[in-house]
Amino acid sequence: MGRVRPLHHAARRLLLLFPRPRAFSSAAAAAPSREPLHVCVVGSGPAGFYTADKMLKGHEGAQVDIIDRLPTPFGLVRSGVAPDHPETKIVVNQFSRVAANDRCQFYGNVTLGRDVSLSELRKTYDVVVLAYGAESDRSLGIPGEDLRGIHSAREFVWWYNGHPDMCNLAPDLQSTDSAVVLGQGNVALDVARILLRCTSELAATDIADYALDALRGSTIKKVYLVGRRGPVQAACTAKELREILGLKNVHVFIKEADLVTLPADEEEIRNSRIKRRVYELLSKAAIAHKGKNNNGQKELHFVFFRRPTRFLPSEDGVTVGAVQLEKTCLKDDGVAGKQVAVGTGEFEDLKCGLVLKSIGYKSLPVEGLPFDKYRGIVPNLKGRVLSSESENATVEPGLYVVGWLKRGPTGIVATNLHCAEETVASILEDDKKGLFMGPSDSKKQGRRGLLEILEQKNIRFVPFDGWEKIDSKEKMAGELKNKPREKITTWNEILMASN
Amino acid sequence: MLARVSRLGLHALRRATAPGQNSLASRRHEAEAVTSHVNHLGKTFFCSNTNATSSDRSSESEAKISVTFVDKDGEEKLVKVPIGMSMLEAAHENDIELEGACEGSLACSTCHVIVTDVDYYNKLEDPVDEENDMLDLAFGLTETSRLGCQVIASPELDGMRLALPSATRNFAVDGYVAKSH
Repeated sequence: MGRVRPLHHAARRLLLLFPRPRAFSSAAAAAPSREPLHVCVVGSGPAGFYTADKMLKGHEGAQVDIIDRLPTPFGLVRSGVAPDHPETKIVVNQFSRVAANDRCQFYGNVTLGRDVSLSELRKTYDVVVLAYGAESDRSLGIPGEDLRGIHSAREFVWWYNGHPDMCNLAPDLQSTDSAVVLGQGNVALDVARILLRCTSELAATDIADYALDALRGSTIKKVYLVGRRGPVQAACTAKELREILGLKNVHVFIKEADLVTLPADEEEIRNSRIKRRVYELLSKAAIAHKGKNNNGQKELHFVFFRRPTRFLPSEDGVTVGAVQLEKTCLKDDGVAGKQVAVGTGEFEDLKCGLVLKSIGYKSLPVEGLPFDKYRGIVPNLKGRVLSSESENATVEPGLYVVGWLKRGPTGIVATNLHCAEETVASILEDDKKGLFMGPSDSKKQGRRGLLEILEQKNIRFVPFDGWEKIDSKEKMAGELKNKPREKITTWNEILMASN
Repeated sequence: MLARVSRLGLHALRRATAPGQNSLASRRHEAEAVTSHVNHLGKTFFCSNTNATSSDRSSESEAKISVTFVDKDGEEKLVKVPIGMSMLEAAHENDIELEGACEGSLACSTCHVIVTDVDYYNKLEDPVDEENDMLDLAFGLTETSRLGCQVIASPELDGMRLALPSATRNFAVDGYVAKSH
């Protein structure tokens, strides 16, 4: 997969266009280099593109190469943002302008750790910025987690968004009327909304065609959003909550008893604008739906103060049939100054045939990269990678991190803007100090070196104009169905479309 | 649903859907998101003060107000802004580094600005729910924060000063009561 033909013809031209950089003259050694600063950004999501953008603007000599394991750019803007949130995807216009910069190149279908190693990149580039995000999931670590019908929310999101790794997920939406979503963050709300939303509305989005077909045949009528803590601590934002509460033909269930606040809750509400507004929305929804007749509508249940303790099989013994939940109460965590959920020893079973775990994405380490397994991030100081998480850690020269890999899987698209600004500020500061000015015989080759590595290994990469061909074909196919695009969803078809 | 789209967002939408333009295919990429949203929902409510076309504004084309932008390094830039133009557009037209990731469609917080004078802040229309939802997520939020795409030039805003958040991360004004968010 991915090695269909030798190096792209454009790459051969580039080898001629980028001769080896000249050695430094002694006069230049005193000041930061005026020659190109070779930068490689690993990952083409918002963190990667914002980093490239700020780097190009902040350093006139920067040549930025963005590599991504997928043939398609934009990361979770393409495969994470919900199909019914097209306005959030408008940011790809800005990223496309970055990719069009003469000093920027995109290399899709190039996997760090398989096609090119971190040590190879560090030898080839002055600066390597890791922006590859979080492509795995946290685990609950409770019995029954491997039963059929239990998926991570990430897998489900990638499935309905046409990510090539998940096009064959085929979640069973026809054997049950109840789905449980574990978690109450924005991703949890996204998956619940997709399960409940009218498919005629989804048909006008860029949802994968196989997902739309599956949702059309779905028998799911009830979705339970389960949170360990209360409504004040719900991790979603007002925008997403307002949207799901306003879905057509969906009856919302919120227990009034769950909305009772304690002094510690009121303190949290006072200190957080988001918490205040989310709590207000939930309170209004509880009142608005109180006593209303359900009339065969779909149902959305907010289940607070419950934590999953085990998954129970259905009669067939292999498929999930219920989630055992333990009731919780909140206790002050003296250290962090926040309220944590503790079990009460009271249990109840919630019947369901589908479980989506929205308990957090997880980043994966690569060989040669310091990694904090507990926090799931690369230890760093303002984006500078540290050799370890210990107090006497040293800075890894020329190695930087940005986005979820830097700060953990939290925040929105725009969060990466400020995250990238901080990392790029560190790079520019280090450049001013002359940290990238090695002796003349050790000058980095940058793009030329990367192309040589890819050619030696016979890696077929997808350049940005290859993505533009994919993009064009998807849009043409979408026009026939009155959709913004019809995503190409298998690896082979994507690679073929890039030709 | 979008309750209000800035003139910038509306402009992108118009460009994308203008009939008989050769550039339609290339423009679709630029605004496919907005257009699909509008087509799909069938109704988008444009606020009256953001819905002005060039012909509507021909009589106002000469009218401009002065606005000072304070950039991330604390440097000031005085610009003339035509009546009816959003501060996001004004920033872009004057090479001021104000992001606009969603191009004025009220789907991000990257055009967050801080109105440095409470009196001017209180002259602005109250933010709609959708703007408040985005302000929740804005970096360095203050009591007088707004989204640049939603602040529309009008005569009473002449002399307004807007700070970009990085320069004013800890910006706060003590001893006043602003309109609550």
